[in-house]
Amino acid sequence: MNRDSNSYTIIYASVMVLLVAIVLAVISQSLKNFQGENEANDKRQQILSSINIKVSASEAESKFNELITEAFLVNTSGEKVAGDAFATDVVKAFRENLYPVFVANVDGQTKYIMALSGAGLWGPLWGYIAVDDDRNTVFGADFSHEGETPGLGAEITRPDFSAQFVGKKIFTNGEFKSIAVVKPGKSVAGQDYVDGISGGTITSQGVNKMLYDSLNGYVQFLTSKNQ
Amino acid sequence: MGLLSNKNKEVLISPLSRNNPVIIRMLGICSALAVTSKLEPSIVMGISVTAVLAFANVIISLIRNTIPNRIRIIVQLVVVAALVTIVSEVLKAFAYDVNKQLSVFVGLIITNCILMGRLEAFALGNRPWESFLDGIGNGAGYAIILILVGFFRELLGSGTLLGIQVVPTFLYDSGYVNNGLMILPPMALITVAVIIWVHRSRNRDLQEN
Repeated sequence: MNRDSNSYTIIYASVMVLLVAIVLAVISQSLKNFQGENEANDKRQQILSSINIKVSASEAESKFNELITEAFLVNTSGEKVAGDAFATDVVKAFRENLYPVFVANVDGQTKYIMALSGAGLWGPLWGYIAVDDDRNTVFGADFSHEGETPGLGAEITRPDFSAQFVGKKIFTNGEFKSIAVVKPGKSVAGQDYVDGISGGTITSQGVNKMLYDSLNGYVQFLTSKNQ
Repeated sequence: MGLLSNKNKEVLISPLSRNNPVIIRMLGICSALAVTSKLEPSIVMGISVTAVLAFANVIISLIRNTIPNRIRIIVQLVVVAALVTIVSEVLKAFAYDVNKQLSVFVGLIITNCILMGRLEAFALGNRPWESFLDGIGNGAGYAIILILVGFFRELLGSGTLLGIQVVPTFLYDSGYVNNGLMILPPMALITVAVIIWVHRSRNRDLQEN
């Protein structure tokens, strides 16, 4: 057969593409359940990590069910709305002005966990931040990213970065100020701040903006005492 | 002819040093810059490239007599991309943590010039077994350099290895400071250059006049 003829080339390309597409589709479909489970457990691990609890993926589900007593969505006025807070995609929910809240019971104390979503240098950032019963003091935080640079921006996932947030206040003198992420050594007046990552400036700014934008939607929920 | 005849041994061993894809052929430099700020991603990237390169070489070698000449690059790309996607899907299902590490590099593997270079230069003209050895050899040659660079960059830049603190605290107390420059991409290039320098001064016949 003439391997350089047009018809051979076209048929070859079509068959190849079709075969590869079928193989990939079959693999993707057959692994979907495993992947979904892994993603859910990963999300549970992140949420638990924001209340300073580290568990392995296999224990994540039981620990999550044990500690998280309530999960709901709130709107910008701080009212509960119907919906599954865990299954909701945070990015989509934020766009519709819905904000997931997880209520955790840690050693008899109530903690409120809020979702965060923003953008870093190369891709999305997300995270969870937990506050004490006063709905102001940070109890813990956890940050994740899709593709920040290892050694630089990717350092936001390290426990020593998120540990800086513990004890910081979201409201200063009763006003929503968020928590600033600043260059190490710098400071900001009038609000609480933590050190960013050296060499990861854009990612640090992304975390800063993510905190402000995301928490902004929770302000009414955090200030209304009637729930 | 045995499975490891002298010629095959040469195919497997020579990319480790005398025919190294990174420091002799200057291939795959881009990913060597991107992923080596830490040791762990360097190792993961080295292993993934070796695996993908070995299998892509075998597949291309198996179908080498059917590939239409005019679209051979496209065929190579499709094979590599499909392999990488399969690897990433399987990891996502069964080794989620590794997948999170790898996710950044999956795209980089597809575009790695070593892959295209070996497929084009070796697999298209050799039998599957030789191609497999060539893939392993070149992947390992690439991995060695990546691990070397990652080792020095993480050690000097962060004072850690694989995330574990190795530079003792008393050094910091007596004024030692991590060199933040090592984490930035230019230092990867300089580290690679130093490796080439050492390598060439030990192998004088590789020096150009």
